[in-house]
Amino acid sequence: MAEKETIAIPARRKSGSLWGDAVYRLSRNRAAIMGGVLIILLILTAVFARFIAPYTYEEQDLKSNSAVAQWELSIFPMMEPYANITDKYALGADNLGRDILSRLIYGAQISLSVAFIGPVVALLVGTVYGLISGFFGKNVDNIMMRFVDLMYAIPTMLLIILMMAFFRGSFNLSEPGSFAWWMNEIDKRFGGMLFIFIGIGLTAWMGTARLARGQVLSLREQEFVLAARAVGSTNGRIIFRHILPNILGPLIITVTLAIPGYISTEAFLSFIGLGVNAPTPSWGSMIAEGSTAIRSYPHQAILPAIALSITMFAFNFLGDGLRDALDPRLRGT
Amino acid sequence: MIRFIAQRILWTFVVLLFLSLITFGLMHAVPGGPFDREKTLPPETIKVLNEKYHLDDPLWKQYVDYLVGVLVPRVNDNPPTSLTDSYLINIPLWGDTEFHWMNFGPSYRSRSRTVNDIIREQLPISFQLGVLSIIMSLIIGMPLGVIAALKQNTVWDYLGMSVAIFGVSVPVIAMGPVLVWIFGVALKWLPPAGWGSKPPYLMFFVPRQLGWDYWRYTILPVFALGVSHAAIIARLTRASLLQVIREDYIRTARSKGLTERIVVTRHALRNALIPVITVLGPMFAAIVTGTFVAEQIFGIPGLGKYFITSITNRDYPVIMGTTLLYGMMLLLANLMVDISYAWLDPRIRYD
Repeated sequence: MAEKETIAIPARRKSGSLWGDAVYRLSRNRAAIMGGVLIILLILTAVFARFIAPYTYEEQDLKSNSAVAQWELSIFPMMEPYANITDKYALGADNLGRDILSRLIYGAQISLSVAFIGPVVALLVGTVYGLISGFFGKNVDNIMMRFVDLMYAIPTMLLIILMMAFFRGSFNLSEPGSFAWWMNEIDKRFGGMLFIFIGIGLTAWMGTARLARGQVLSLREQEFVLAARAVGSTNGRIIFRHILPNILGPLIITVTLAIPGYISTEAFLSFIGLGVNAPTPSWGSMIAEGSTAIRSYPHQAILPAIALSITMFAFNFLGDGLRDALDPRLRGT
Repeated sequence: MIRFIAQRILWTFVVLLFLSLITFGLMHAVPGGPFDREKTLPPETIKVLNEKYHLDDPLWKQYVDYLVGVLVPRVNDNPPTSLTDSYLINIPLWGDTEFHWMNFGPSYRSRSRTVNDIIREQLPISFQLGVLSIIMSLIIGMPLGVIAALKQNTVWDYLGMSVAIFGVSVPVIAMGPVLVWIFGVALKWLPPAGWGSKPPYLMFFVPRQLGWDYWRYTILPVFALGVSHAAIIARLTRASLLQVIREDYIRTARSKGLTERIVVTRHALRNALIPVITVLGPMFAAIVTGTFVAEQIFGIPGLGKYFITSITNRDYPVIMGTTLLYGMMLLLANLMVDISYAWLDPRIRYD
């Protein structure tokens, strides 16, 4: 593999390791770099939301509910006759008089955390599951994969919706001190994020598990594994030192390409009211609130829609770039 | 092949049973019941209601009764004795005798309607929306991918792939409000909300009138739902065609002196479309869940809205009915994709 890669690299650069080559190829991809920079900016926004946002996400000014900033009138002139013009808020306020800009900034927190939790769970759980299943084979493999097949066959969205309804309904009423109660307390502290993480995590790992297993099955029979076994390597060492590094590339590609899916799942859940708890802002719930007033105050729905789309763009660009960099054979798929 | 199909159907059935068990379990694991309102009902009333809907039976009995109601077909000539004695599928056989199948039970919230009524009235609308979106995504996506692949690294390719990445990155929830505002509110070209068909339908879901009065309602939601999937199909078609076009048999076809058009349509495209078919299953699932959002944004009276509200309302039979119905549709779609895949590509041997 490594030899083949070095041939593909132009001679003006000293060839490095497999990962070094990947980084080099990634750095040559302008769209991916743009996506990466955007993502870094978004992460900074989410982490320092408290310092950047001019107001908190729940601060209400009832005098300026559905207030409109002056510049927004030039884009949406139909609001002129009834608009409550304000210069207090840069992007106007929502129907409860909360600053839209601040809510957008805080909304980045939930989208970004889903964008990281989803792949991490998928990678950790899925890889370990697939490795065990593929490496030990036979009955272990059979039982483990039948379970994945069963879970995989159930439409993900239905499962997530049902689970979210279950979490929201039952953990709320559980006895103080019990496990469910603690989960609910943590969830409340994070504005409803924990259950979203669990819901997405519980459904994210199956694809990676299948992929990892398939890769392991083909690698397990190769000479280098036999060689490792011949010199007395333990199962654990073979799995983690010899097989894992070889299957990591495709796994990383898959989970990165899945990130926009996790982001839109969260937005979808918050949109239908099973995501974050009010008043925690999520772009999905902001779109839901805004779209009820789309005729009179279109900016309330369109601004979070733009924020969501930009984030998805960034992750798609980076994901595509990463795929091209890690596996040049897949370029353009 | 027949063995494979039989196996897949059996498997679909197992998954549906599992899904019904999960749904039933999660539903009843949540404390509180369907009759918890903001204003508490007197305990006697709740007791009577629970008795009426057999909610005081042991859980396993409720589950078994439900499954029997849905699965076991009946043939009889008695007129329905109560509101809950209604079936989704009624086929007249002879005289007054009718074949009944699938009783999804009553709805606890809307007393005058059963789940069957809700499904019968709302599902065709969701179905129209879904089918039109799939058709649109295929009509736009495949040509886009083919053009991009045939004119690789030209302006057409870049243009097509930019459209594709736009489609992948802008989800329905983001595109919906923007479309409603531009075309429904600002330009007033299309109605911002509503749906243009009413029952009765031909063949269960085809509306009787297909004039502008129908189409003008469909354009926005179908575009919003279809464009992202068109993008996925375009990307996949392009990648797959690029791979196929470098195969030896394409060179053979060219060297035989066939025209480029025939090489592309007869030899390349046929093989390139096989991987595209595999995504139709997951795509169908995504479009179905997309209809939940689209129905809300575009004010369409489809089944998705009932599914979402039934969950917050704890309307057990509606949750069960809609979940099973959606699950059934998605699994059937996957089944058809699997079968057509095995049929189209004889290299794939299932055992």
